[in-house]
Amino acid sequence: MLTRRATFRAGIAALALAVTPAAFAPAALAQDGAPIKVGEINSYTRMAAFTEPYKKGWELALEEINAAGGIKGRPIEVLSRDDGGDPATAIRIADELVNRENVSLIFGTFLSNIGLAVSDFANQSQTLFIASEPLTDELIWASGNRYTYRLRPGTHMQAAMLAEQAAKTDAMTWAVIAPNYAYGTDAVEAFKRELTKLKPDVKFVEEQWPPLFNIDAGSTVRALEQSKPDGIFNVTFGGDLAKFVREGSLRGLFDDRVVVSLLSGEPEYLEPLGAEAPEGWIVTGYPGMDVDTPEHTPFAEAYQAKWGEAPKTGSIVGYNSMMTIKALLEKAPNLETETLLTTMEGLRVTAPTGDFLFRPVDNQATMGAWVGKTGIVDGAPVMVDWHYADGEDYLPSEADALKLRPENQ
Amino acid sequence: MSAVLTIDKLTKRFGGLTAVSDVSFALKAGEFLALIGPNGAGKTTCFNMLNGYIKPDGGTVALKGRPITGLAPRAVWRLGVGRTFQITQTFASMTVAENVQMALISHHRRTLDLFSRASRLYRAEAEALLSRVGMLGEADRAATALAYGDLKRLELAVALAHAPTVLLMDEPTAGMAQAERTALMALVADIVAAEGLSVLFTEHDMDVVFNHAHRVLVLNRGELIAEGTGEEIRANATVQAVYLGGGTLSSFGATPPQNGGVSP
Amino acid sequence: MMGFYFAQLLTGLANASSLFLIASGLSIIFGVTRVVNFAHGSLYMLGAYIAYSLVTTLPGVFGFWTGVILAAVATAFIGAAIEILILRRIYHSPELFQLVATFGVVLIVQDAALAIWGSEDLLGPRAPLLDRAVRIFGEPIPEYDLALIVIGPVVLGLIWLLFQRTRWGILVRAATQDREMVGALGVNQHVLFTSTFMVGSFLAGLGGALQVPRESVNLLMDLNIIGQAFVVVVIGGMGSVTGAFVAAVIISVANAFGVLVWPQISLILPFLVMAVVLIVRPYGLFGTPASAHGASVPEAPLRAMPPAGIAVAAIVAVGAALLPLADDGFLLVLGIDLLVAMLFAASLHLLMGVGGMVSFGHAAYFGLGAYAAALAVKSLGLPMLPAMLLGPVAAAFGAMVFGWFCVRLSGVYLAMLTLAAAQILWGITFQWQSVTGGDDGILGVWPARWASDRAVYFYIALALCGAGLLIIRRIAHSPFGYVLRGGRDSALRAEAIGIDLKAHQWLGFILAGALAGVAGSVFVFSKGSVFPDTLAIGHSVDGLIMVLLGGVQSLLGPLFGAAAFVLIEDWVMRLDHWRAIFGVIILAIVLLAPDGIAGGVGRLLTLLRLRRPA
Repeated sequence: MLTRRATFRAGIAALALAVTPAAFAPAALAQDGAPIKVGEINSYTRMAAFTEPYKKGWELALEEINAAGGIKGRPIEVLSRDDGGDPATAIRIADELVNRENVSLIFGTFLSNIGLAVSDFANQSQTLFIASEPLTDELIWASGNRYTYRLRPGTHMQAAMLAEQAAKTDAMTWAVIAPNYAYGTDAVEAFKRELTKLKPDVKFVEEQWPPLFNIDAGSTVRALEQSKPDGIFNVTFGGDLAKFVREGSLRGLFDDRVVVSLLSGEPEYLEPLGAEAPEGWIVTGYPGMDVDTPEHTPFAEAYQAKWGEAPKTGSIVGYNSMMTIKALLEKAPNLETETLLTTMEGLRVTAPTGDFLFRPVDNQATMGAWVGKTGIVDGAPVMVDWHYADGEDYLPSEADALKLRPENQ
Repeated sequence: MSAVLTIDKLTKRFGGLTAVSDVSFALKAGEFLALIGPNGAGKTTCFNMLNGYIKPDGGTVALKGRPITGLAPRAVWRLGVGRTFQITQTFASMTVAENVQMALISHHRRTLDLFSRASRLYRAEAEALLSRVGMLGEADRAATALAYGDLKRLELAVALAHAPTVLLMDEPTAGMAQAERTALMALVADIVAAEGLSVLFTEHDMDVVFNHAHRVLVLNRGELIAEGTGEEIRANATVQAVYLGGGTLSSFGATPPQNGGVSP
Repeated sequence: MMGFYFAQLLTGLANASSLFLIASGLSIIFGVTRVVNFAHGSLYMLGAYIAYSLVTTLPGVFGFWTGVILAAVATAFIGAAIEILILRRIYHSPELFQLVATFGVVLIVQDAALAIWGSEDLLGPRAPLLDRAVRIFGEPIPEYDLALIVIGPVVLGLIWLLFQRTRWGILVRAATQDREMVGALGVNQHVLFTSTFMVGSFLAGLGGALQVPRESVNLLMDLNIIGQAFVVVVIGGMGSVTGAFVAAVIISVANAFGVLVWPQISLILPFLVMAVVLIVRPYGLFGTPASAHGASVPEAPLRAMPPAGIAVAAIVAVGAALLPLADDGFLLVLGIDLLVAMLFAASLHLLMGVGGMVSFGHAAYFGLGAYAAALAVKSLGLPMLPAMLLGPVAAAFGAMVFGWFCVRLSGVYLAMLTLAAAQILWGITFQWQSVTGGDDGILGVWPARWASDRAVYFYIALALCGAGLLIIRRIAHSPFGYVLRGGRDSALRAEAIGIDLKAHQWLGFILAGALAGVAGSVFVFSKGSVFPDTLAIGHSVDGLIMVLLGGVQSLLGPLFGAAAFVLIEDWVMRLDHWRAIFGVIILAIVLLAPDGIAGGVGRLLTLLRLRRPA
């Protein structure tokens, strides 16, 4: 019986080896020179337009770090996997990365629900998770946990940046259009809250909630038009945004109106619109090669040299993710999760966007975003009149944030 | 003989057309009764009202004095009325024996049983029924593998499973070769005689009708135009007019019955 | 105000034209070949991409319209290639098997489009001369919308002429009415099917090409349109082109006015309309009972498992029980996923294989089980095991409500009503944020402390899913299972031996739902969270693929199918271009085993003389 069991185990192990090309070396064996393994998950096939630049970003940073000798003589090895856009698959992959591949931490994810699923898994399996791209604030507040840190400025921060600009306009009546899911509803709620704080007299007169990537743009545009608002707050993106812009400009929806649009200044969203991109929309985004700070320029040039194209928002988020990991691993005395968590608290990261840190109170990075207007230069859509909005200024105070965390409720 | 099935003024209209009009007759105990008529005479409609597939617009059907008009087919079956179909209806994914077992399972109200093995229930009874129709040797074959004549026999076994008092057979020999027809009807006649059940059947083949039926009903344009023994019907002028005039039934009066029947 | 509503109507009609073009092709293809073509959305997307490439190259008005037509023609040839190379070889497979192949095509086209046109959304030019808005009653209406409003009915008219005035059209109509009759007429079926597929693909390509001036061409177009296209086809009646037109108008106009009153309604409006239509008219507006079913392939009688089979099953069971000994940190995770998928697929098979009731929305009951268990923990504070019990109870309740309506239909219409039911449930979980968390889902549903060890939870999963599988097998062999099989073979015969078939089918629906709910309960505690994705079409389709790929005519089929699906997916997702590779693998299986994996294995055993020929 014993021999049979042993044979069985060996057989299964062989099978597992055959299935996984990467041989698995237990962490205990790691020594000087052995790579530090880091897990990465994102929706590469489902959200290709957004995750490709992101991947190029972290690959660039990884190359730079390893070319410079890695971390304390050890290269970083990223085990990157596609989750196909499905939360359950993402958890299965995370499980494999953590429990079979013994990675030291996980980073990545784009879709909010996948970010939340992996964050919950990280909490359960006591593994550090750096959520690179998901915008939902559940990650850091209502469903926040000590194992999850978030890099990119979330829905609340971006909406607050826009509300600040919107308050400076004369628009008093507002219509909103947002995709009908958590991201859309959260963004609208945050914008309403922040704008009303700054300008208590504003009225919200119309709401449109098209299904994600299935907008009936003509009808929606007309419904918005009917309410004759002074301003429009838009949260749609991707294919929906293109349709909305086309139908809206044809029907004159944007004429003489203030339009405030979340993320629409990001090259991922703006570039596909080409010469038809609307002008004068107030947006958050990323001006790409136009940012000429000493921190940013070397990154942008290296990116352009490696990939033959200008960096996009995803690129800088991907790059900053890897820079975060670099800062973390350089500072942490060992790779134990508890050590990593302690090191993450208040960790300061040097990055193309300028230095930022991870707030110990809610695990949110203070990385900011650019706020400006859309415009057309030489037939190509760009951000104009932009400035960098430091994330720190748009986060709730540490005392307020503390109250939002579940462990304090 | 007392009446088992009593049909009184049965009427069915489809739109403006009256398919069956005021039809009344009785099926007596132990009787082998044929319902004939040219195409479109209303035979099938009439038939389907007897076993609940069509709701009549007027009239009543009673089984041993109990009204069954408008009951669902399955309720009519529960009261002891079996049927066979013009185009055989069997369970293709089951064996021959299982087809019969299904009827027995239903008869014994075991259809909601989730844990017994269906193929082991009432196997002996099923075999007895199959042997009654000469199909015991085929018990474990797939129903799909049967020749058409054997399917008809299987249907007969299925129809006999709940020991019906009345058996309704819609065109029992349709699609069969002549020799098979004779054999099948002889079998049915034999069962009628032995079990004392009553059979009402529709039929196109006049040889079958006149050789086996105790009595014949003739339907034309939804109305019952004649009723009597084979000889009476053959002699009936109205019937002759209908068939000859309609020209629908070439065999009527043209082909003599095989086993030395009466010539017209 | 009058002008406003008129303009809204025009907007709806323009959308209706777009929707009609894609739906009409789908309907024609189904009518003749009875193939439920999931790849129709892919053809639509290809039409749009090809048109984009052409209209950005060819200049002017002439260039634009030439580009549109050429894109449609190119799509027609792609459709012909799919039909000739793949579908033609599997027309004699069990009903709906072909949709597995079209699913493989969807995966391949997605990767091909990404490789050829890149990941970024492509915004093509507006239509030359039709790039502005005109004022009607003072309301701005895009000229291109007006053009679409004309194009839709013109295409409908051309199809009508084609059907009424040509021999080909008469054959297509005859085939739609009765497939056998076409064979009897001595028509070359190959030519008829291929040409039908070409016409359907042409319309899909045309629909896609005409979208270029309206929206950006992107990689999500295929899956975003296919659901709505099916809804339109079903509302109109499968195979009816006029029906597709009427249905497209109903859906689009209802949506145009719906968003004015209740903006959130768009999410489920088409499915709501479809559910209502199907309940009132079981074959859609213009469909006939003949359109409900494809050709049926007789299934062999059930046999008890031979001793060798029992021995193999016992070895597999013992092997599964010993799996924790071999765990490398991930094997058990995969094992649990496998068990969940097997029970999900087997419960679907109980419904569609044994009961003949095809479901395109079985994930609804899986999801209900998962959500009920999750809510029991998070809102009611129940411990794990009682929560897991609540899962199947909730799923059974959902199946009871929806099943009552569904069992009144048959064939593809039944399948589409299950889809509508699932979409409505999905819409509720998606929209009802205060209870279900909406898209953010429910988090933190992990096993109780005593079961938090992976091996312990694996044994719980093994026990529950194993029991579920045994129960399903037992039911299939029971009188009740035989009644379902019998009802599938001949509803007429079932009724004629005193069986209330609808009641039994309803109970079958509830049982299958409850068992899917068990799978959902096990699932939620293994993942710790649940999202609306678990109820979404994609998940239902996964189950469908598992059952069909495994072999719908065998009780072991869904187990083979689930194992193949989960293991191949887990392996293939590690690779670049995994969708294309997955698609090719599926097509290979489909072509090698046109009766599913179970059938293929059976033939292999016979070939190796390990089994007597069936």
